[in-house]
Amino acid sequence: MKLRAVFQWRHAKLALVVFLLLPFLSLCVGILQNSLGPNPAEYLIRSTGELTLRMLCLTLCISPMRVQFSLPELAKFRRSLGLLTFFYVFMHALCYSLFDMEWAWDDIAKDIVKRPFILVGFTAAILMSLLAATSLNRAIRWLGAARWRRLHQTVYAIALLAILHFFWMRSGKQNFTEVGVYGAILALLLGWRIWRAGRAKFASIRPPNVRP
Amino acid sequence: MLIRTHQDGFIHPLSSEITTQETYNNRRQILRQWSATALATGLAGWTEREAFAQGVSNGAVKLAGTPAAQSSVQGAMTVEKPTSYKDATTYNNFYEFGTDKSQPAQQAHTLKTSPWTIEVEGMVKKPTRFNLEDVMKWGAMQERVYRLRCVEGWSMVIPWMGYSLSDLIKHVEPLPSAKYVEFITQADPQTMPGVRGGVLDWPYVEGLRMDEAMHPLTLLTFGMYGEVLPKQNGAPVRLVVPWKYGFKSGKSIVKIRLTDKQPLVSWAKAAPQEYGFYSNVNPNVDHPRWSQASERRIGEGGLFEKKRKTLMFNGYEAQVASLYAGMDLVKNF
Repeated sequence: MKLRAVFQWRHAKLALVVFLLLPFLSLCVGILQNSLGPNPAEYLIRSTGELTLRMLCLTLCISPMRVQFSLPELAKFRRSLGLLTFFYVFMHALCYSLFDMEWAWDDIAKDIVKRPFILVGFTAAILMSLLAATSLNRAIRWLGAARWRRLHQTVYAIALLAILHFFWMRSGKQNFTEVGVYGAILALLLGWRIWRAGRAKFASIRPPNVRP
Repeated sequence: MLIRTHQDGFIHPLSSEITTQETYNNRRQILRQWSATALATGLAGWTEREAFAQGVSNGAVKLAGTPAAQSSVQGAMTVEKPTSYKDATTYNNFYEFGTDKSQPAQQAHTLKTSPWTIEVEGMVKKPTRFNLEDVMKWGAMQERVYRLRCVEGWSMVIPWMGYSLSDLIKHVEPLPSAKYVEFITQADPQTMPGVRGGVLDWPYVEGLRMDEAMHPLTLLTFGMYGEVLPKQNGAPVRLVVPWKYGFKSGKSIVKIRLTDKQPLVSWAKAAPQEYGFYSNVNPNVDHPRWSQASERRIGEGGLFEKKRKTLMFNGYEAQVASLYAGMDLVKNF
């Protein structure tokens, strides 16, 4: 199968990471050429936020695709995608702190308390940095596989916080089209996991090999 | 006023913002040139200008009518550097053409601004539907350089052309019972793609208290940068109320209604906890979701330029604060 050969390619992971860093590169070029429109600060904050959401969706795609299409090769991309998501959320937080808050720590602290949607975004970013910090194999050994897995299931909570953050941000303009799109994608990806967990549970309580 | 204070907008921390001596010395000549061009092209018909009014074009046509003189109204000529024409015509909130700020410039070309009528109704001596060409003659066209502060936390400086709304109100002879002025703007699903969506309850409605509407700074606006209003900026006629957040200044006005009840304005209707009737620029009263203490001046400096402190009543405190004497501005946001 051709697709499989692509995934098995030795440099597939590197190629994916480079490809997904292209949007970041184009933003850098935009800064240098001053081509990000009349309000470049706002443009940077919004586009890094949206890129974070996209990376998060991609990360959460891996497991359903791996299982549904029997593509075990996909598993090796999961960590890179998770770290890319963290990279973009870090840039998002950096742009917000630098351009919106002008590095004023007390203002940032006040803003987090004052605005629920900032609090939600901030919480998601902190959780993501925890997951990024425990992404090395050494962390898995240190925590133990079961505990590590439980910690990294936080990504589902992160997804919910992220979409809530986006929804709240857009509620000012009551412009929910894109919120709906990302919300539907995330609902599908999380729904698949719930469906699968439910099926596994059901399978486990049914007595095996019972025949009348 | 010879001695400028910060209330006149005299804030330029950079020496590069100060008009050069050479330009300053030529100011009268520059004005004469503008007037001459305005006169020369002034006779062109509205339909002819309309073709140019839609885009970011160098061929945009000068606004017809009396050549616009600089306004002598107190506070009407800020000395701050105007925002570039390109930024002012490509970064717009005009939801009838999409909620993205780049969409009005892309989509507003479908707006049909000729013929255009303004219906004046409600508590006036004789409710009438007027042709725009006639309405344009009711006041002396002036240039006004105003700060524009958007509720979202950004600002611009724009040279508008128009006359004080009070000229129109006096012309239509309001009844003594009229206490408020309501502005109803164009909502045509055929030409305005945003109106087909349900972002707001269309048409977009705005309103002012009678004394606010009669204030000389409140401008009935037909042009900007010496040209006919581009469609994305609210052609062919809009309001500009410089001491209030930008959304109070309705675009593409089709109806003006004088009434004795405070109008239910669009944003207060959509989100009453976030937007009030007054919506005066006030750095001390935050939007529920963000601070209003500072603003980003569009086009000023680079990415790392510091934001500006937002001024009370957008810097027009000296002129308008008396309108709100004794009012609780936290309650009446």
